[in-house]
Amino acid sequence: MAEIQLTDLTKSYGPTEVLHHVEGDIKDGEFIVIVGPSGCGKSTLLRMVAGLESVTSGEIRIGDRRVNELEPSARDIAMVFQNYALYPHMSVRENMAYGLKIRKLPKGEINRRVEEAADILEIHQYLDRKPRQLSGGQRQRVAMGRAIVRDPQVFLFDEPLSNLDAKLRVQMRLEIRKLQQRLGVTSIYVTHDQVEAMTLGDRLMVLNGGYVEQFGTPIELYDRPASVFVAGFIGSPAMNLLPAEAHSDGIVLPTGVKLAGAQTQSGSVLLGVRPEHLVPDQDGPIAIDVDMVEQLGANSLLHGTLSGTDHAMVASIPGHVATANGTQQRFSAAPEVLHLFSPETQKRLDA
Amino acid sequence: MIENRPFTSFLSHLILILGVIAIALPIWITFVAATHNELRMNQTPLPLWPGTYLWENLQKTLFGKGLSGSETAPVWMMLLNSLAMAMMISVGKIAISLLSAFAIVYFKFPFRMTCFWMIFITLMLPVEVRILPTFEVVANLGLLNSYWGLSIPLIASATATFMFRQVFLTVPDELLESARIDGAGPMRFFWDILLPLSRTNIAALFVILFIFGWNQYLWPLLITTDTSMTTIVMSIKQMLEAAEQSPQWNIIMTTALLAMVPPIFVVISMQKLFVQGLTETDK
Repeated sequence: MAEIQLTDLTKSYGPTEVLHHVEGDIKDGEFIVIVGPSGCGKSTLLRMVAGLESVTSGEIRIGDRRVNELEPSARDIAMVFQNYALYPHMSVRENMAYGLKIRKLPKGEINRRVEEAADILEIHQYLDRKPRQLSGGQRQRVAMGRAIVRDPQVFLFDEPLSNLDAKLRVQMRLEIRKLQQRLGVTSIYVTHDQVEAMTLGDRLMVLNGGYVEQFGTPIELYDRPASVFVAGFIGSPAMNLLPAEAHSDGIVLPTGVKLAGAQTQSGSVLLGVRPEHLVPDQDGPIAIDVDMVEQLGANSLLHGTLSGTDHAMVASIPGHVATANGTQQRFSAAPEVLHLFSPETQKRLDA
Repeated sequence: MIENRPFTSFLSHLILILGVIAIALPIWITFVAATHNELRMNQTPLPLWPGTYLWENLQKTLFGKGLSGSETAPVWMMLLNSLAMAMMISVGKIAISLLSAFAIVYFKFPFRMTCFWMIFITLMLPVEVRILPTFEVVANLGLLNSYWGLSIPLIASATATFMFRQVFLTVPDELLESARIDGAGPMRFFWDILLPLSRTNIAALFVILFIFGWNQYLWPLLITTDTSMTTIVMSIKQMLEAAEQSPQWNIIMTTALLAMVPPIFVVISMQKLFVQGLTETDK
């Protein structure tokens, strides 16, 4: 069990800097999810913590040790890879025991730990099979088992669920979370899936283009996104964003309608409002021309444009609706669910 | 076959059967010749059915002085020589090329690609091309008439290195990373993971190299002058020439038959691995 400190971490490949001054303190036992679109540097960051990529500048500390120069095996970590990286010619038991065998643990101790991990993951009946005889979900468990037997200070997960089908992914997600809570091991988990990130993480680190956009709890990210990127990335369907004009007594939409409410900002802004925060209201100020309705059962998504403009809008309303395509619907939104961003810096304005 | 046309299937069977006959007939004649005595073999027409002298011929060939009147080594010794040469060539080649491919794929060192291309260029220089300089080197090292002299010049070759490089490139990087996290050093990774994963490829290559080594003719002919170092493949040719009178076909054919046995044994015993090694892509 250990804290992890990332201090002013950068990574360059030749002259190209791919990670820019990443900072972060991870508390003991915390589950951190690094999330971002592909190519944002999230896997690179994880691999730097694992010791598979060198650190260009800055410092990584695990527990009270600086680990920049340590070999992966000396960092007391365990990693679960996207394609599981099980040794194909070894049985499940040998796969799990391999690291311990190299560390020259006594046979009895190795057996005890393998049995214990097999109990936790319920993979007893597969112990003598080869990885190729297992299904994706079972291989995933074995990969986790291999991490558990090492009894490390830190678990690292590199998109471990992306090779599984949707249903299994949800199930394994819950299992990973339960397991982590039970073992209490500090974990870093990389994913591009925002739902996975929201459900798993104690805190999320949103990366974009090698910059940390925001580092906070899922609810913080949802309620107070620090930038347009985070606002669009967290939450599904994505937040509606409109160019607007802020005045001291309200916000003027591109249609000319004013949303009342005192504002500390003035000038042109980007107005963000989540689809689920648009409330149907006969006299609401926000009018949407609906082009398409998606019925999801529990709720319905109305896709359309802001009346009189070509700004795309989505509204999510509970239950079934009989709204026809091509009609106009009116909505209102409470002042506290409006988000304002600067059009220039793309950052949150009322911070 | 998806189609089922009697005529096509008759024709394809006919062609295949003709092919089998074309390949098998000489071997049959060799076998038949090995079962008759010398007298019968010099009469026309040649026999097409086995005689009763197989056992006698085998004894004469294996343990006798070879052809009557010539001073060759007994055939069992030649078989042993050939076996030693073929084994040394194939094992040596596999060991060296595994290690060099390992170095080229998994280590970054200056002039890595230069090294690779230099190894690769030796593909263009088989023994036949460099036979005189190689002979000079081997002679200066005092390796004439020795197993080392027979095998070392043939061990140096790029094919196996190249093949293992391709095999190692298909091994996912995550396995290496996983092994690093498990604490396996480079040689440990090589032994515990890379070698078992290349098992079938090693077997396939062994079959090919064993036959390549067994069939060497020119090089052994050049560097062995001592009859006790003669290999079996060169001895067959020598037997034909050595005969002052008409060739003793029964002995020669028995020798040829014996020369076929070890390669056949290697191919049959490693057939399963051989096919896997050449077709398997799943790592």
